[in-house]
Amino acid sequence: MDTAGNTASPMYGVGAEFASAADLLRVAKEIRAAGYESFDVFSPFPIHGMDKAVQFRRSPLGRIVFIGGLTGFLTAMALQYIPSAVIYPLILHGKPFGFFAIPAYFPILFETTVLFSAFTAFIGLLMIIGLPRFNHPLFNWERFKGVSADGFFAVIESRDPKFAPAEAAEFLASLGGSNVTIIHED
Amino acid sequence: MAEGTLNPAEESARIAVERPPLVAPGRTMGWISDYVSSIVEAQTPRWWWVAISITGTLLLVLIACTTYLVATGVGVWGNNHPVGWAWDITNFVFWIGIGHAGTLISAILFLTRQKWRTSINRAAEAMTLFAVICAAIYPTMHVGRVWMSWFLIPVPNANGIWQNFRSPLMWDAFAVLTYFLVSVLFWYTGLIPDLATLRDRATTRVRKFFYGILALGWRGGNRQWRHYEMAYLLLAGLSTPLVLSVHSVVSFDFAASVIPGWHTTIFPPYFVAGAIFGGFAMVLTILIPARAVYRPLGDLITVSHIDKMCKVLLFTGSIVGYAYLMELFMAWYSGNPFERATFWYRATGPYWWAYALMVLCNVAVPQLLWFRFFRTHVIWVFVIAMFANVGMWFERFVIVATSLTRDFLPSSWGMFHPTWVDVAMFAGTFGLFGTLFLLFIRFLPMICMFEVKAVAPSANSHQGGNP
Repeated sequence: MDTAGNTASPMYGVGAEFASAADLLRVAKEIRAAGYESFDVFSPFPIHGMDKAVQFRRSPLGRIVFIGGLTGFLTAMALQYIPSAVIYPLILHGKPFGFFAIPAYFPILFETTVLFSAFTAFIGLLMIIGLPRFNHPLFNWERFKGVSADGFFAVIESRDPKFAPAEAAEFLASLGGSNVTIIHED
Repeated sequence: MAEGTLNPAEESARIAVERPPLVAPGRTMGWISDYVSSIVEAQTPRWWWVAISITGTLLLVLIACTTYLVATGVGVWGNNHPVGWAWDITNFVFWIGIGHAGTLISAILFLTRQKWRTSINRAAEAMTLFAVICAAIYPTMHVGRVWMSWFLIPVPNANGIWQNFRSPLMWDAFAVLTYFLVSVLFWYTGLIPDLATLRDRATTRVRKFFYGILALGWRGGNRQWRHYEMAYLLLAGLSTPLVLSVHSVVSFDFAASVIPGWHTTIFPPYFVAGAIFGGFAMVLTILIPARAVYRPLGDLITVSHIDKMCKVLLFTGSIVGYAYLMELFMAWYSGNPFERATFWYRATGPYWWAYALMVLCNVAVPQLLWFRFFRTHVIWVFVIAMFANVGMWFERFVIVATSLTRDFLPSSWGMFHPTWVDVAMFAGTFGLFGTLFLLFIRFLPMICMFEVKAVAPSANSHQGGNP
């Protein structure tokens, strides 16, 4: 049994390497079926059908971005209406201003909505997936570097109530995993 | 359908409708990472130094001219009365238009599940950013007092004045700024997994630090991919209406005025189609030499990709041609004497050559792409794309300049002649664009590796099924 990281530190989990995307999809279903909850599968690209196999809830990002977009919309509305109608009405060419000029506010309303939504999507994504995070127990595992090239990995984490190191390692090996490794936190 | 073999008739039907592979056969995922990363990791090739010395020189010309212009005044350009908008706004619209193809490839083709976009979207998006940077120079300089250009941003100021939010120029400032920022976010989001690849392969300390910081600690677990895919989808969904709105807003700068030849409702869709046409031409102009320099890229950006881009070029070029005809028809049909005179003047006046060149380059030449021969022979594609680049610049020039040289009153008729500063600055923006693009291919992965891996044959997670 290989180990990664400082063996004196607490255990993070047990990982194993698999051969292909199809393999990993099967393995994810098996680990789920065996009753594990805290596990993750790692791949160089998003695998079609994996979300369903791991049975995660739908990403909440859509709702968060909606709130961000709504904020942008209201900001732009206030930003345009208050100066144009109250603080600094510009009466040019005899055209209507303030409330009656609302159609002319649409381009900026739209652009600001998109701008706020996009920033919400980006910052929300980073917050949900916990980045930036420059150190992580998995980075102690030398073979794990292959995940960004062509490696497929599954890791069962020690925080799972069902977790027992020897049992988890054996289970991963029985699914066809190679280089089964115990990963420590430091 | 049950697992098993197909009968011969079904098999031949399957072969008949099968699409050409997006990645050449025999190219594994490992090869994709190795090759694309090697472009970044290998020693700087000699051609790169030659190329960047040329573009860098042009960039210095741009910096010098801009300094001269700011120090002296906008009068160093050929702009005059009545032609207050000339090459500057022409170049602005030209560069912004070039940017649009990048967003189209990365966002609209993503939403429409066109998997062939994966090989070209990274380079096209980078091109978007650099084109928008080039475009932004012109309006900034055109305001005259450059140190006052922050007045475009609605912040409370000591003068107690506020912007006119009903002005198309104000809309434009918002649209372009939003477009740039959203494009940066979209591009960077797409880069994160690839930066992780470069981080994991890094050997030198500098590279480890640089890519390590930029990759933010990406691990590629399903917990991350799930939200990542959602974020990418949302950004694509936001970018799609954005890209259509930006060039529409740019066209409002003209359409919301009263000048004959500008005051038309066809402008927004016509500008957007023209932008996509010009942008795809520029994508081809850049990717074809890149394929020639890095030969194995031909296995990722295949002839089939170029063929598809040519079809887009043909389609949008034909839309542009339709718009030209429709403009002429409406000028006649409207019965408006000023509108009629403007278009008559465009086609037969002193700028007839620009109008003829525009029709030749944008409408006539791309019609060659109906023939497979022209779509699949890279040299021809390159030539046609160059025609389209030239044609799109002239289209903007014709729109901007010819309408201003003759408007309602003979007293406000005049001609426009560019000065050396006009010419040098325009050449200089190509230097800026080229320099940024060369730096990009040197330091960042020019192919979106993780997406190409996902469409590679070996990536299919449903063996036996269709990808």
